[in-house]
Amino acid sequence: MSASFDKGYNALKEQVDASVAAFFSSCVHCGMCSDACLFFTETGAPERTPINKTEPLRRVWQQEYTLLGRIGKIFGFGKKVTDEMLTEWETLIYDSCTLCGRCSMICPVGNDIADMIRKTREGMAASGHAPPGLIGATKRAVTIGSPMGVKLPALQAQIAHVEKDTGMTIPVDVEGADYMLLLSSMEIMNFPEFIEAVGKIFKHANVSWTIASEAFEATNSGIQIGSSDIAAELVQRIVDAAAKLKVKNVISPECGHAYMAIRWEGPNLIGKPYDFKVVHILELLDDLRQQGRLKVSGRVKDKLTYHDPCQISRRGGVIDEPRNLIAMFADNFVEMPDPGKMNWCCGAGGGVSSNERADEIRLQVFQRKKDQLDAIHVDGMISACSNCRIHLEDGLEEYHMEMPVLSLTETLAENLEDK
Amino acid sequence: MTETELLTWARGPGFQIATVIFVLGIALRIAEIVMMGRRGNLAEPKGSAMSSGLRTVFSRTVPDASTFKRSAFTVTAGYIFHIGLFVVIFLFAPHILFFKDLLHISWPALPSTVIDATSVVTIITLIVILVHRLKDPVKRFLSNFDDYLGWFVTILPLVTGYIAFHRVGMSAPSLIAIHILSVQLLMIVFPFTKLMHAFTIFLARWYNGAISGYRGVQS
Repeated sequence: MSASFDKGYNALKEQVDASVAAFFSSCVHCGMCSDACLFFTETGAPERTPINKTEPLRRVWQQEYTLLGRIGKIFGFGKKVTDEMLTEWETLIYDSCTLCGRCSMICPVGNDIADMIRKTREGMAASGHAPPGLIGATKRAVTIGSPMGVKLPALQAQIAHVEKDTGMTIPVDVEGADYMLLLSSMEIMNFPEFIEAVGKIFKHANVSWTIASEAFEATNSGIQIGSSDIAAELVQRIVDAAAKLKVKNVISPECGHAYMAIRWEGPNLIGKPYDFKVVHILELLDDLRQQGRLKVSGRVKDKLTYHDPCQISRRGGVIDEPRNLIAMFADNFVEMPDPGKMNWCCGAGGGVSSNERADEIRLQVFQRKKDQLDAIHVDGMISACSNCRIHLEDGLEEYHMEMPVLSLTETLAENLEDK
Repeated sequence: MTETELLTWARGPGFQIATVIFVLGIALRIAEIVMMGRRGNLAEPKGSAMSSGLRTVFSRTVPDASTFKRSAFTVTAGYIFHIGLFVVIFLFAPHILFFKDLLHISWPALPSTVIDATSVVTIITLIVILVHRLKDPVKRFLSNFDDYLGWFVTILPLVTGYIAFHRVGMSAPSLIAIHILSVQLLMIVFPFTKLMHAFTIFLARWYNGAISGYRGVQS
């Protein structure tokens, strides 16, 4: 991945389309997006106002795609994008934004600011202005197949553990299975219970499934860093494996951006529709619930809440499904203030957790989640993204709060009726 | 040039020049946007882009309760001056006569005392908004020449109109000529500043709602 300013500038030019032009034309600098962004509300730094993070893209739009801007450029007017400017913006675009999209929901003129920042990252990555942590993760994803460097033997070892502990068989490379399960590296390394939970639920509901040894990684660093070429390559690996195993559906696991990558950006990245369907694990579980294929025996008495992972709910459209599933086993469920599509990000999505430079700020802005939790006094928090989960645990520890952070899939599996 | 000649020029050639710039400018800006196009979405939809887009065009006018609480001043002041501008521009009897001449359609007016009071409220609100823009750290940080120019050309016709209505300082033809010229300044500046949001807001909201609605979320 050789980077240069010219490549970055051209990448920004390529990102401008009718929606971007309409958005920039409409911004009235009202500043309301700042109040929607935890990186502003918890730090008070005006430069972290979401729309300011799109400034490199705005300058390119203004100078390349508007009449006045083009005339101004000829005569040397207008602010140019420079390499120094991109350096200055790097921490705003990567360390202070999780692409959570809350700003896009409140902008009164309707700007999809998160999408604009996502597009701005294309120019940042191509010009060599991405954070080292994210560059490393992306390189590992391309060369090894996983941003955390998880190779097939590591997955096989975890599968062997699960099989030994439970006596179940975890299907690998089963041709013609109905569903092909993807996993995030975080699940493989930190939460192998997830594999066990899926195995248990699918056995209970009699679902035909498999893991593909050639494409088990669900995460997509290309999306986070802002490199469509790399993102497309990572998606293509999954498409090829799905074709080889002739599966009808691919399951996106408990990971926010993985769902955005494979479900919503994937076909557009590779330039053609899929031959299979992509479902989020929660969508599939809710579907099984509706079909009456999930029977729970246990009830959880603890007061529980649900943290909506941004890319799954607000940006992904999976909002009702988790609530339907939680209602199956939870007796005492409460919503946080601003639930569902208006939820506040945990603070570590969109590549922030892969970027060590942002460690301090991600914990600082966790104050927003703390305030949400302080308002409801719960015994435990359920979520459906292993990246959120790791960071929620980190944040709770940092702020001396004690409560378990549970995976929805795992909690459901624990409360299933034995068959 | 006498004051009558000035008024005649403002009402005639001046108005024609401003109208041409206003209309062509807006058409150009919208064409610049729409003609860029947008790639089709190849992902399987979970909801309707079209209906969600149309809903967002309207729904984004009203913020959710939590957002209102956080941005109460911006929202309230924004509502007051936008409604004020609408009332003063479109519901003042002499303005309606002007539109009748131009477009051959007419509608009922509000009493001039109501218009007078609305102008005062709108002018005061715009002044408060400017002070807020200068004092609020985020707004001050974001603001550029465009923001102040947009503010100036918006408040100017309100002030000149108010003065003309009350016949302060000069004779009626001069005051009305100045008022009309201030409106023309607004019209000329309009297409090339953030004032364009009055038109592009519909596109922006539609795109936002469509992008989100396609994924099954009403934005």
